[in-house]
Amino acid sequence: MARLNETSMRIANDILGRYPVRKSALIPLLHLAQEQDGWVSEEAMAHIAELIGITPAEVLGTCSFYEMFKRSPVGEYRINICHGISCHLVGAEDLIEHAEHTLGVRAGSITDDGKISFEGVECIAACTEAPCLQVNYRYRNNVTTDDFDELVEGIRNGSVAVPPHGTLAATRQLIPEDKAAGNAMVDDPTPPAWWPAPQPEEGSANG
Amino acid sequence: MVEKIVTRRFDNLNAHEIAEYEASGGYQALRAMLTRTPAEIHDEVRNASLLGRGGAGFPAGVKWGFCPPGVWPRYLVVNGDESEPGTYKDRQLLERDPHQIIEGCLIACYAVGLTQCFLYIRGEMAHAQERVAQALNEAYAAGYVGKNILGTDFSVDIVLHWGAGAYIVGEETALIESLEGNRGMPRLKPPFFPAAVGLYGQPTIVNNVETLANLPWIIERGADDFTAMGAENSKGTRVFAVSGHVNNPGVFEVEFGVTTFRDIIEGSDYAGGVRNGKKLKAFIPGGASAIWFFEEHLDLPLEKVAVDQAGSMLGSGAIVVMDEDTDMVRACHNIVRFFARESCGKCTPCREGTTWLERILSRIIAGHGRPSDLSLLTEVCENISPGMAWPPRMTTICPLGPSAVSPIASVIDRYRNEFDSYITLSDRSVIEVSAAGMNA
Repeated sequence: MARLNETSMRIANDILGRYPVRKSALIPLLHLAQEQDGWVSEEAMAHIAELIGITPAEVLGTCSFYEMFKRSPVGEYRINICHGISCHLVGAEDLIEHAEHTLGVRAGSITDDGKISFEGVECIAACTEAPCLQVNYRYRNNVTTDDFDELVEGIRNGSVAVPPHGTLAATRQLIPEDKAAGNAMVDDPTPPAWWPAPQPEEGSANG
Repeated sequence: MVEKIVTRRFDNLNAHEIAEYEASGGYQALRAMLTRTPAEIHDEVRNASLLGRGGAGFPAGVKWGFCPPGVWPRYLVVNGDESEPGTYKDRQLLERDPHQIIEGCLIACYAVGLTQCFLYIRGEMAHAQERVAQALNEAYAAGYVGKNILGTDFSVDIVLHWGAGAYIVGEETALIESLEGNRGMPRLKPPFFPAAVGLYGQPTIVNNVETLANLPWIIERGADDFTAMGAENSKGTRVFAVSGHVNNPGVFEVEFGVTTFRDIIEGSDYAGGVRNGKKLKAFIPGGASAIWFFEEHLDLPLEKVAVDQAGSMLGSGAIVVMDEDTDMVRACHNIVRFFARESCGKCTPCREGTTWLERILSRIIAGHGRPSDLSLLTEVCENISPGMAWPPRMTTICPLGPSAVSPIASVIDRYRNEFDSYITLSDRSVIEVSAAGMNA
């Protein structure tokens, strides 16, 4: 529950270097904080504000807009059951009700042991595999009530292998320094190197 | 069976690896492109009449031409924030053939003079982010992306960016706001196209994932081969996800404008008909924003103009099928709730209107509806989207508010009886609230 640590900072500097305007790194950096702590703390937001050169209030403004950022601790495992229209038609509400019974809590809350949070969420783009859910943003398709119980059992006994909440892609983009084209800086009006000298017909082609 | 374009490598489960991609003709379009001028490549795409595949269906080649001449730098932003309920195509394209998207980005950048590309993938799609990160790392190592691509003057970085859960970010000016690190709220128009004023106030092309996926094929084979497929106003192929009450829900790439709704919903090569031998009641032709269609629309072709003229839209290629047992009030409420939750709050008719529509429908379903609620629903709809028709007369900056009106406009007259059957109170009833109820 803290500022970004040394490991996170190495990644943060990499991310910051990829944008012509530093504030563009804000959402990726908030994800980084969530990956480090499982949620986004005020300290982390203040640190990100320093790194970008904006106020903590601006960081909070962006952070609070987006569903995925959690500003208080959540379960290590988040189960998001889709209740979009395609899942609704094939029984998402029943699945959510079943989940409430299995977990002993209402949708939108966290289990007593603090391990699992669950909620109904909007369409997660697996509509042909409905009903579907995500565990820490990893898909489970065509989920039956038995599948759900098995999943919860697996989470409790440690046999379900998904990264902890906050970790998204296990692979990160790395742009090698010698291969980078470099940022297209906003105040650099040089035409691209491959762009031919202006042709008289360019005006009409764009008309 | 028509030739596939964007899903042509889906049979190969290793197509996301660079070796497999190269072995199946990958990055050949890039090589061919670099021997031609940017203007020639732009013309090829313009001549292919490639319509944007994100929802609005605007011709990509024309959009590219809106960049003001001589203004640099220009940016490419890839819209991979697929969130429209029922839509499931961009995620597959990103996960199963990421190099094809990268090659498509390179083609757009070269043709329009875009010197940096941001590939914005929806936050919840962890696996797609992994696949694209891996593919970009491979492509940089192989010299396909970055400085002096394949030894030429062409240099461009492709930066993987990811969102954090907000449907509205699929709207292109909201996407740009989000990429700038802000709350994802659409910008006031005009300017109508980010091509004029976009990311950091610079000319910016925003293209959908599927749109870009078509480019390598178009450059490889030429615009003529592309326009040989499809109908007059809808060229090439399109990917449709058919979900809901069908025997074989799936994602199908079909010739654009030729296949009909009946073919794709009932055809044995496609969704295989309504499941359990039931009859069709309604279907959504183009994602949750679209006005619903019914049995009489089944023989319409999957073609932009025909669907527009019938009062709806092909949108994002999401067909959702409902069988005869579907509760129209609940289905309607489901979609309205989606838009109420996802309204960004910038425009009053949408922020307040969608919320009220959701509340009224909720109370109708809970048995607390009154007869006057139905005219109240219509009245609120009229305030968001006067005329309740598609394309909407806008009272808001973006179409999210009017989209919440679509399901109500679709069924409130046709299935009035279903709404009525939920309404048990009269307009003068007093709801008894017990002390226990108040504490609940």
